[in-house]
Amino acid sequence: MAAVMPAPAASRHLLSGNEAVARAVWEAGVKVAAAYPGTPSTEMLEEIATYPDLYAEWSVNEKVSLEVAIGAAYAGSRAFCCMKHVGMNVASDALMTLTLTGVSGGLVIAIADDVGLSSSQNEQDSRYWGRFAHVPVFEPADSQEAYAMTLDAFALSEQFQVPVILRMTTRINHVKSIVTVGERVPHTGAGFRKDPARYVMVPGNAGKRIPLMFQRDRDLRVVAENSPLNFIEPGSDRRVGFITTGPAYMHVKEAFPDAPVLKLGFSCPVPFEKCRELAALVDQVVVVEEVEPLLETELKAQGIAVIGKEILPLQGELSPAVLRPAIARLLGEALPESEATTALQLFPRPPTMCVACPHLGVYYTLSQVRNLNISGDIGCYTLGAGHPWQAMDTCVSMGASMGIALGMDKGRGESDKDKRVVAVIGDSTFLHMGMQGLLDMVYNKGNVTVLLLDNRAVGMTGGQDNPGNGRDIHGNDAPRIDFAKLVSALGVKDERIHVVNPYELPVLFKTIREEVKVPEVSVIITDQPCVLIKDYHKLKPYAVDEDKCTGCGNCIDVGCPAIHVTRRGKEVKASGREVDLAFVRIESSVCTGCGLCLQPCAPKAIEHYVPSAPIQFAKGGCQA
Amino acid sequence: MSATTNILVVGIGGQGVMTATEILAEAAIALGHDAKKTEVAGMAQRGGVVSSHLRFGERVLSPQITPGSADVLLGFESAEAMRWQHMLKKGGITLMNTARLVPPVVELGLFDYPDDPLAEIRKTGNKVVAFDATTIAQELGDIRLGNTVMLGAIADHLPFGAEVLLDCVLKRFARKGEKLVELNRRAFEAGRAAVGAAEAALA
Repeated sequence: MAAVMPAPAASRHLLSGNEAVARAVWEAGVKVAAAYPGTPSTEMLEEIATYPDLYAEWSVNEKVSLEVAIGAAYAGSRAFCCMKHVGMNVASDALMTLTLTGVSGGLVIAIADDVGLSSSQNEQDSRYWGRFAHVPVFEPADSQEAYAMTLDAFALSEQFQVPVILRMTTRINHVKSIVTVGERVPHTGAGFRKDPARYVMVPGNAGKRIPLMFQRDRDLRVVAENSPLNFIEPGSDRRVGFITTGPAYMHVKEAFPDAPVLKLGFSCPVPFEKCRELAALVDQVVVVEEVEPLLETELKAQGIAVIGKEILPLQGELSPAVLRPAIARLLGEALPESEATTALQLFPRPPTMCVACPHLGVYYTLSQVRNLNISGDIGCYTLGAGHPWQAMDTCVSMGASMGIALGMDKGRGESDKDKRVVAVIGDSTFLHMGMQGLLDMVYNKGNVTVLLLDNRAVGMTGGQDNPGNGRDIHGNDAPRIDFAKLVSALGVKDERIHVVNPYELPVLFKTIREEVKVPEVSVIITDQPCVLIKDYHKLKPYAVDEDKCTGCGNCIDVGCPAIHVTRRGKEVKASGREVDLAFVRIESSVCTGCGLCLQPCAPKAIEHYVPSAPIQFAKGGCQA
Repeated sequence: MSATTNILVVGIGGQGVMTATEILAEAAIALGHDAKKTEVAGMAQRGGVVSSHLRFGERVLSPQITPGSADVLLGFESAEAMRWQHMLKKGGITLMNTARLVPPVVELGLFDYPDDPLAEIRKTGNKVVAFDATTIAQELGDIRLGNTVMLGAIADHLPFGAEVLLDCVLKRFARKGEKLVELNRRAFEAGRAAVGAAEAALA
């Protein structure tokens, strides 16, 4: 996308937290911004890339993105990096030493915690990184604060030559609220000043930086004590006072408008004196923080009497509906009346793969091959663990499919001695953290069949570009990695590398069946694009000839959401066995003609759709 | 709190629920309200459940609607309108599209889709108005007008005039030509009329 003319200052904009941070990054004069996509952080960099006069990149993983940002900050420019919570696990190797060198130009790292697990494998609390790495943490409570705190974070970062963490959560990143914005202030970089004692972290140099880091902690605590980001609202009902951070502040204000509140926007290092000030105002203090009892534990260690996770949940989002009864119980009051009725019972509606998704063919095939243990990975294809395929047995972290597959192979017990081990990984996840695992597998002579699903996009987060599709963040041409050559270079034998069209089920089936029998590392690369990106081309849609459909239901096992059951029945086979029948139709308005469902259709009842009148558009069907 | 209006828009990923809510938010802001919009969407692009919360008023704090406090529930799909009934306050109203989008877990025979979601909602005693937004859009010539039909449907159930919302809808199409603006105007009015007619029939 080309750079757009940024919106004028001061007017009121409806912005998500991600958009607000992006605006502030641009206004702060940032020169370099880097990230790897990850929900709920993705839109920050997507939005930043639309602004003029800065460099933005999709990096191959979060560690590289942080290192790119560090380099720019060493060079004296302002830099920004963002990631989802688990991304910092990957990037933390750099962070933990970055804290010793510090920065020259301001560096802000936005970490987006998926509190409530809308699209993540865990719910870890990123505020710990502030303590672990001895860097300050800011926690906005809405888009306006996300915007303002980003600007403040750059100023603090430069003042103390320290990276600053902006801790966000899904309820900040993805909530849209009103933001008043300003104008860009150009920032002139100081240039890189060689200083090995500071930038070359060998033991002799690093050891000398550690006391400086601790001194910085003490200095920052003084700043936090006096920061306008940390303020007390004295309230009028002094029975319970609250210490709170991030979006939890809004829930507290909504539920207890008259209560005294200490809001910590600059929450690490913790301003203990401010907390004592609040405690002195009230009968009891409740710490309201999402996920871990972090502040609570620190305050208790300081001898400040607070209540926290004794009465509030350790998991998931907080809300007024969670807070009101907890506080009523604490005060021995009657529980507040709710008008909420019990939810009606209904089927679940889990996310599904898209109509014609190239992964459908892969999982349909895997579900038909017996005796497999399938180590999976993170992306759209994680959905292969669900119905109808149930063809993924593990999912842990980015790239883990490789190492886990090798471990399953090497650690196989007697009961698994005839099992074949398969690893499934997407293109972007492979480039992110899977390559090293494959190298390890080859080097250590594993017996694993790797399915590398190359759909030319970071699918789950919205089809971002990556080195596998030959486009940069702006959609411009970029060098495109050749996966077959890459895995060959990692040591996989050329005769064990196959590039297969996942829509050709017989070829895919035969290739998988043969490769799992070979006791060494094989890589099967599927090469068709994600249906949601521009590389995908629709074909003529199909329809079911209802006179020919025998109700065998084979097509349903492909798992395409365009296939719908019209009626069910039962049939008694010659053997006397009763089988269920499901007669189907294809929602031709959403079918894009991939032809996967034709292949298992026994009676050949699926044919190209012939519109009788002008095309009838969908009455149902998922447009995903 | 009573000054805050809570609108819950629900459906499934890909239906345009989030965009519709955003347009409602723009209308509220145009009138000088504070507003917050948030989703429980997850991996919604993949056909999952989407519920989009819009709160507006003098000052909005928490972005989420507390169960039992939604003023209006706008349902893009029948079963989804049913799924979120517990969010409505007493006296709240459901405006729902009668479209049925059956998910793969039902096609696989693992779960049942309710025979009559509208009847299930009526059983709760909550007010509900149903209309076939999908057919209305088709009759106007394009299924994609369904979103505008849905926005027309809620237009007379907001604490401000329908024309404010219509303005915000049409602004989205202004750059795409007068023809599309006109089509959307008709879709909006058709949605309004459908709800009006259904309510008159109930009265």
